[in-house]
Amino acid sequence: MLKNPYRLSDLLMTITVWFSAALVVGAFFWLLSDLALHGIAKLNWSCLVSAPENAGRDGGIGPILVSTLLILGVALLMTIPLGLGTAVYLSEYSSGALARSIRMSLDVLAGVPSIVFGLFGNALFCIWLGLGFSILSGGLTLACMMLPIFIRSTEAGLTAVATEWRHGAAALGLTQAAALWHVLLPAAAPAITAGLMLSIGRALAETAALIFTSGYVDRMPDSLSDSGRALSVHIYDLSMNVTGGDQSAYGAALVLIVLLVVINNVAASLADRFLSQRITTS
Amino acid sequence: MMHDTKKLLSCAVLPTSYTLSDIEQGAACCVPIPHIQVENLSVSYHGKSVLEGVSLDINKGCITALIGPSGCGKTSFLSTLNRLTDLIPGCHMQGRIHIDGADVTDPRLDVLALRRKVGMIFQKPNPFPLSIRRNIEMPLREHGLSQRSAIDERVERALRDVGLWEEVRDRLDAPALALSGGQQQRLCIARALALEPSILLMDEPCSALDPIASAVVEELIQRLRNRYTVVIVTHNLAQARRVANYAAFFWMTEHVGKLIEFGRCQSLFDSPSHDLTAAYVTGISG
Repeated sequence: MLKNPYRLSDLLMTITVWFSAALVVGAFFWLLSDLALHGIAKLNWSCLVSAPENAGRDGGIGPILVSTLLILGVALLMTIPLGLGTAVYLSEYSSGALARSIRMSLDVLAGVPSIVFGLFGNALFCIWLGLGFSILSGGLTLACMMLPIFIRSTEAGLTAVATEWRHGAAALGLTQAAALWHVLLPAAAPAITAGLMLSIGRALAETAALIFTSGYVDRMPDSLSDSGRALSVHIYDLSMNVTGGDQSAYGAALVLIVLLVVINNVAASLADRFLSQRITTS
Repeated sequence: MMHDTKKLLSCAVLPTSYTLSDIEQGAACCVPIPHIQVENLSVSYHGKSVLEGVSLDINKGCITALIGPSGCGKTSFLSTLNRLTDLIPGCHMQGRIHIDGADVTDPRLDVLALRRKVGMIFQKPNPFPLSIRRNIEMPLREHGLSQRSAIDERVERALRDVGLWEEVRDRLDAPALALSGGQQQRLCIARALALEPSILLMDEPCSALDPIASAVVEELIQRLRNRYTVVIVTHNLAQARRVANYAAFFWMTEHVGKLIEFGRCQSLFDSPSHDLTAAYVTGISG
């Protein structure tokens, strides 16, 4: 039947590709269903709003959710403006030695283990700047970790925008700011959103860096200078340090995954609203 | 044609640089008032010279075609006229260009004002990824026009000028990128015209279009004559012959682009004074 050798190789190729894809999706669903099976029993509304009791074995994760969102908020407030500014500088203004060294540092920083960022954040924000173990210190440390990813993907998006538009805008006597605002940034929106999602993912998953900067305290924070425990730190603590805390760890992990999905969707729709909708491609 | 070429090739030493008086001998097809005066212009990229010693006067209200093989500096020349060369890293220009008495090469010049006065159309149509209306409206707003009615009027006038109004009046808010190639190029021309420039630079505006769209754009260029000073780069010699009043022939000698001959279009094609021009326009080389 299979006289044509190309047909056999095509068939093998098809099987391999499908198998790889199924393996990846399968692993993800296994993880997700395991989490859901073990964690769902623990989840209810009161658990989301009440404070943890008995080292987290009982009670809820209310203060921890609040701390997590505050830390992420601080990190995003730093990352987005600083990151956009740097990316615009790299893609539009400079092609010299400074830009090359910035790019190189960012690429190295993106690969630095988070524990190093934790120690750095602890030394810089907690001790040197006197912010102590606080949500502010944690958020700023996370921003340091998110910036390399966010800047590089935004820069790549801006660089990929057609040069014709850049020249077209300049030929109409538009300022560089107008070209960026009306054409280049909106056209780069998909890359900016993707970079933002990757950064948020990295931030929400972060544990090591936060243990040294925002700390362990699981009380409801009164202000940004209070210590606050992030969800990932809570999960780590429950599963490693608290005997009998596994059930609660499953619940918290499920909440973290759902939170990630929700935040990513919000970020995508915000980017769409503020950038993509200003352009019309097809 | 062959006969002409042979006759020309047998000519003795031919003048290589253009002087204004040569053009004025013939009956001018438009008023010969210099609008753009270029003196001894040279362009280099990262120290490597691509264009040297170009001097010519481009007349007001006329269409001037720049012809010659690829890579001989025609587009570089065009880009110096609105200082788009500033955007190209490593690009350096020397010499003098005067437009309406102002020195274009002056580093203190208000480049944005210059570019508003000197519009440019590119080889590949480049409407922004905005709606048809916003493509014209956005640059107008950026240049300080804010009154709704005035903007609408300018948008309509620009679209009528390029013959696009009837085709798009019902879908001004549709994406510009959904238009056909020819329509996109006409929109780009409308976008430039809306800023009321006095000069239009066109870099092979028809080369990315199909023959019918190309004919429509070419007819439009004809209608720009007298209202605007048009400088057009084209590889289509028949087109240059049809639309242009003046033609400049560029050629690469020793890896550097030079202006070989400049004159009234008809005389450049029918009785070129340089053997390279004669060879190029009759299709022997290039």
